[in-house]
Formats: sequence, structure tokens, C-alpha cells
Amino acid sequence: MNLIPLFIAIPLGVAFILALLGKLKEVVSDLLAALSTLSLAILSFVLIGQLKTHGIFVYIVGKWTPPWGINLVLDGLSLLMLIIINTVAFLVIIYSVSYMKKFTAKSRYYALFILMLAGMNGVVLTGDFFNLFVFSEIAAISSYALVAFGVEAEELEASFKYMVMGSIASILILFSVGLLYGLTGSLNMADVGRMIQGKRNVLLSFSMTLFLAGFGLKAAVIPFHAWLPDAHPSAPAPISAMLSGVLIKALGVYALMRIFFNVFGMGLQLYWTFMILGCVSMIGGGLLALRQEDLKRLLAYSSISQIGYIILGLGCGNYWGIMGALFHLLNHASFKSLLFLNSGAVEYSTGTRKLEKMGGLSKVMPVTGATSTIASLSISGIPPFNGFWSKLFIIIGLIQAGHFVLAVITILASVLTLAYYLRMQRYAFFGKLREGLEKIKEAPSLMSFSVIVLAIICLGVGILFYPVMKIVLEPAVGVLQEGIRYSSLVLGG
Amino acid sequence: MIFFLCFVIFLIGLYCVIVKKNILKIVIGIAIMEYAVNLFLILLGYRWEGVPAIVTETVTQAKFVDPLPQALVLTAIVISVATLALMVSLCIRIHQRYKTFDITKIRRLKG
Amino acid sequence: MKGMTIIVKTITKFLSPLIILFGVYVVLHGHLTPGGGFPGGVMIASCFILLTLAYGKEVAYKKLKRSTSSVIESLGVLIFLILALLGIFVGGYFFLNFLPLGHPLKIISAGIIPLCYIGVGLEVAGAIFAVFLALVLFKSGEEKEKPQ
Repeated sequence: MNLIPLFIAIPLGVAFILALLGKLKEVVSDLLAALSTLSLAILSFVLIGQLKTHGIFVYIVGKWTPPWGINLVLDGLSLLMLIIINTVAFLVIIYSVSYMKKFTAKSRYYALFILMLAGMNGVVLTGDFFNLFVFSEIAAISSYALVAFGVEAEELEASFKYMVMGSIASILILFSVGLLYGLTGSLNMADVGRMIQGKRNVLLSFSMTLFLAGFGLKAAVIPFHAWLPDAHPSAPAPISAMLSGVLIKALGVYALMRIFFNVFGMGLQLYWTFMILGCVSMIGGGLLALRQEDLKRLLAYSSISQIGYIILGLGCGNYWGIMGALFHLLNHASFKSLLFLNSGAVEYSTGTRKLEKMGGLSKVMPVTGATSTIASLSISGIPPFNGFWSKLFIIIGLIQAGHFVLAVITILASVLTLAYYLRMQRYAFFGKLREGLEKIKEAPSLMSFSVIVLAIICLGVGILFYPVMKIVLEPAVGVLQEGIRYSSLVLGG
Repeated sequence: MIFFLCFVIFLIGLYCVIVKKNILKIVIGIAIMEYAVNLFLILLGYRWEGVPAIVTETVTQAKFVDPLPQALVLTAIVISVATLALMVSLCIRIHQRYKTFDITKIRRLKG
Repeated sequence: MKGMTIIVKTITKFLSPLIILFGVYVVLHGHLTPGGGFPGGVMIASCFILLTLAYGKEVAYKKLKRSTSSVIESLGVLIFLILALLGIFVGGYFFLNFLPLGHPLKIISAGIIPLCYIGVGLEVAGAIFAVFLALVLFKSGEEKEKPQ
């Protein structure tokens, strides 16, 4: 199964080849970036079949057996994240072939983008704590540089704020990895998980708190969310789609899931912590999104709210709660990237992001208007789109666990989401066409292609949710529900 | 006891990031925090009366200090060099656009 | 950016080959003595930085252009990556140590590790010098550079 290290080696090599070949014609770098991401997306789908025959697969790097060596672990959860990351990356690269035409250093943009992709693939595949830290840093530093890519004043300020808070998070994570090494003497996740079973001293709780703070900051849960409403709107639109749709999940939510479910083992206090953090994020993000005038800032606050849904579902702990959370992770990647790419198309054509200056755009930009309507209906949870099923599963999970108050709060937050998305749609797309906007043309064809594919995914996953659940999501839920037996699976097999 | 002093250095860096108004001083605060974490990692590997973990012909069964945290710290230092280089170049660009280094005046994004 | 006084220029003229030589020594003996790719690469880069500081920007720019140092950096990473991928074709595992291991404490031993260190040393030297040039050249109003 030598396909697994290719997920890290191919993007790393292609990124530096693109940095070398930057001086050639633009078509060469476009083709190279698109082909490499397409091959990675196809590889991640091929692995579904391979995983069915093998179960969990442990790839030993360099023939040094764990716990002395580094191992790459491919199980259901890693496969789900790989599919999401690589597919969204391919569609965003196709979009940015035509969006980034007005920037000059396009090959450097591709190099940084594919380096960020390599970092994210490494985070979801690794089974070792320090490797997790290094790949998380690779992805984070590339994203700091990409947020500041077009050097306007606001982008630099947003990138600086993002960078300071991200560095503090990384330092907290490194502190915690050092604490775990001092307590157990090993850096391998399975080995540490086996050694800290049943022990509870104050240093372990301190290490858990530091991990929660560090990765929670990268996932933008409410006490640590202050960088997200500045960084996501100021970035160029494909980067916003990638950051909001994939990066906060791969670096933040995936790391929280892997560390707390599989290494530390969830107890009652941790379940309640997740649920309270998720509930506060859900309500806080929704309320703050109601009064936004800037299109992308509204979408950024909505991201905070939806991540709150995912963490609330994870904190629930039973089968339907975790299934709803992981399904919502997949859905949010598809519809939030769609919304950000559409906002980029609107900005490309009209030149503005303020809602009060737009109106009636769906008469002149029919593709953008239709796909944006599909995405808004999905994210609000209207059947038959995919958002309905994932929110339903989370509510079923909450009711089964007996948290009726939280279930009611979830339903109210869903209504809140519907409210601000309808407001956005009415201002931007429906209604009367404003005077200065008659001459706007539709977005270029490559941008429309990515947007249409994402809308088809939203509709398709909504209608065909049962096969998607059985093939892709059930192994992932199984991994999280096994919890601490992950260590015996990795080391014993 | 000495690990507690590492945490005090970390808190001094954190104070610097939160309180100071000049963005270059914020960058120096982040550098102080990185020093504190690297120091903590190296001190984890110290063994009482240990020798450096290098094998030469004359060394027999001696007590070595732990070499694994030294490798971790080397990688962490390189990562922090890249982060600091990016931050300093952002500061230069911000000064070019906003004409000031004061963070209370660099506040165009609100709401 | 002008150079410095004649004392600094003379001493730099004598010291810079020694600094590069010491940097190359640290890179090549990475598997025997402390050091390896990262510190050795930084030493080689700091020799070029010393030349830039002592002689002024124009002279050092003729010696090592910014585009050359970017190319060296990318080549260093690609050497490292190709060595890691060759492990798959020879032995079946990524990053396998496939060259003969030799006797300990000799310079040609420990498989692919010295070659990996050469790649890393080239990459770090190119990267740090490119970052320095980007920060220096910005002030005179040239085009923007992304330090990486």
C-alpha cells in the first residue's frame, strides 16, 4: 500500500517544482497544479475500496517499527478527511485559474496553495504527535502568507492578527506535546494512549487544557474566534473557500477528535465541555451574523456557527450525534466553499462586497444566483438538500441522550441560520436590479464549472445520503466510537 | 521547580503580546514565548550527571542525556525562524501602507 | 546600502572562505558530530550576509542573485524528496535507508543520511539568503518578494 505517502510527497514535490518553473508561461503552472490535485482527488477515492479489504492500515515509514519510528495511519476518519480535502482543493484550483488572472505572481500562489495542501494531508494521515505539530505548522504558515497575498492594507492587517493568534496556538500545542513526552517518554499517539490509561494527575489535565486551547483556536470556537472574521473576508476568494471550508476542519476539528477520542479517552467532563463550547459557538456566531453588511464577513460568522454544530454533535457521544457531526463536516465543506466562491464571483463582476450596494443580481448572473440559492437552502437545513439530514441526525442524537434543552436551542439556531441567509439572498440576488449593475456579465466559465460541480454535490449528497452514510461515514464513526482501542489496533496490528 | 520558571518566561512573553502597542514589540513577545517553550523541551531531556549523547571511540557505557528533545527543538527553532521572518516582512509592509507602527491605529476592520 | 570601513572589508575578505568551509564541514559530518543540515546551511547563508553587509548591496548582488538562491532552495528540497521516494522503489518503504550502512564513525556510513543533509543544507542556505535579500531590497522600492 505505497499510495499513502504519495499524499504528502506529491504535493511537496509539485510545490517546489512550481517555485522553480515560475518564469515559464502561465499555462504550464496552471496545468501542473490542476493535474496534481486531480490525481490526488482520484487517489483518495481509490483508497475507499482498499480500506474495505484491509481495515485500519498502519504504514511504517523507513522500516522503523513503532514506537521508535513514525507511522502513518489510514482509518475511516482519515479517509473521510482526505476525500474532503483533496476534492475541495481540486475544485478551488480550477476556480482560481481564472480568478487569479489579475494577480501577477500566480505560480507563487499555486506553490503556496499546494504546500498548504501537503500540510493538511500530513495532519490527517500521521500517527505521531510531533509530526502532527510540524505538518500543522506547514499548513498554517502557508495560509498566513496566502491571506496577505494581494497586498492591500486590510489584508495585511488581517493576516497580522491571524498570524499572532495562530503562533500563540502553535506554541501552546508544542508546550503540551513536550508535557506529554515528559510524562510518558514517547511521542507516538498509540503508545501514549496506552500508557496514560486510567491515570489522572494534574499535569495530564493541564496538557489536555493546553491542547483544547491550541487546537480550539485553530478551529475557531467561540472564546478563541477573534481572528476569523478578519482573516476570511480579506483573503482572495478561493483562499477564503479553502480556509473556511477545509483548513479549520483539518487542523482544528480533526486534531481535537483524534486527540480527545482516541488518545486521552472521553470522560463526562470532556463531553460537557464540548457541548457547552459548541452551543456557545452556535448561538454566538449566528447572532453576530445577523447584523453584518459585508457579504464575506457574514459568511465568516456563519462558519463559526456551523463549527459549533459539529462540536456540539461530537460532545453528544452517541452514534447519531457523532454521525451527524461528521456528516455536517462533509456538508459544510461543500456548501461553505460554494458560498465563498460565489461571493468571489460577485466581487469579480461588481467590484464590491457590501450588501447594500447589490440587488437583483440573479437577473444578470443566473448561474451564480441559482447555485447560491441552493447553498443557502442547504445550510439552513431545508429538505431534500444535504444540510437537512446532518442537522436532523444531530438533533436525534441530542434527544436520545436526553439533552432536550440543547435540542431546542439547536432548532432555534437553525431558524436563525435560515433568517440571515434569506436576508443575504434578498439583498444580493433577488429584488430589483440596481441602476449601475446592468452591464455585469456572468462569471467566466472555469469559475462557473467549479461552482456547478459543488452545487451538484450538495444536491446529490442530499438525495443519495444513505449510500454516502454507509460507505464513507460509518467507518469514520466506528473509529471515534472505539475510542481508546485505537492504540491496540495500531500497535498490535 | 525549574519548569515553573520556564512557564514564568512564557507569561512574560504573553504579557508583552497583550499589553504593548508597537507591532514590532508584539513580534518580540512572540519570540520570547518561543524561547520559553524551547527551553522547556530541552530541560526535559536533562539527566543528572549526563554527558552529551555523542558516540566516539573513547566513550564506554556512560550516562547520556536524552537526545530526542534536542532534535525536536532544532525543528521548532527552524519553524519559528520562518514564522518570524514572515511576521517582520508583514510589519514592514504594514508600515508602508498605514504609515504607523501603533496597533491602536491599525484598525480598519471592525464589526 | 553602502559598505563599511576598510578594516571590515579586509577582514571579511580573509574570513569568508573559512566560514563557508566550516559550514560545509558541519553539513557533511552531520551523522558524526552535532549539527547537520540546519546549522550548516545557516552558516553558509550568514557568510553571504556578511559579504552583503560589508561590501554593500551591489557587489553581493553580483555574486549571488536572488533568483539563483531561490533555484538552489528548490533544488535542495527536490534532492531530499527524490531520495525519500527512491526508498519506495528499492525497498518498499518510504524513506528507507537503502545505501549500505558501513562502519560506525567513518564519514561514508549511515546510508542516505549524509545525502539528505546535503539537500537540507542547500535548502536552508538558499532560503535564509533569499529572505534576507527580500527584506533588504524592499527598502529601495523593488518589486515585492514572498519570503518562504
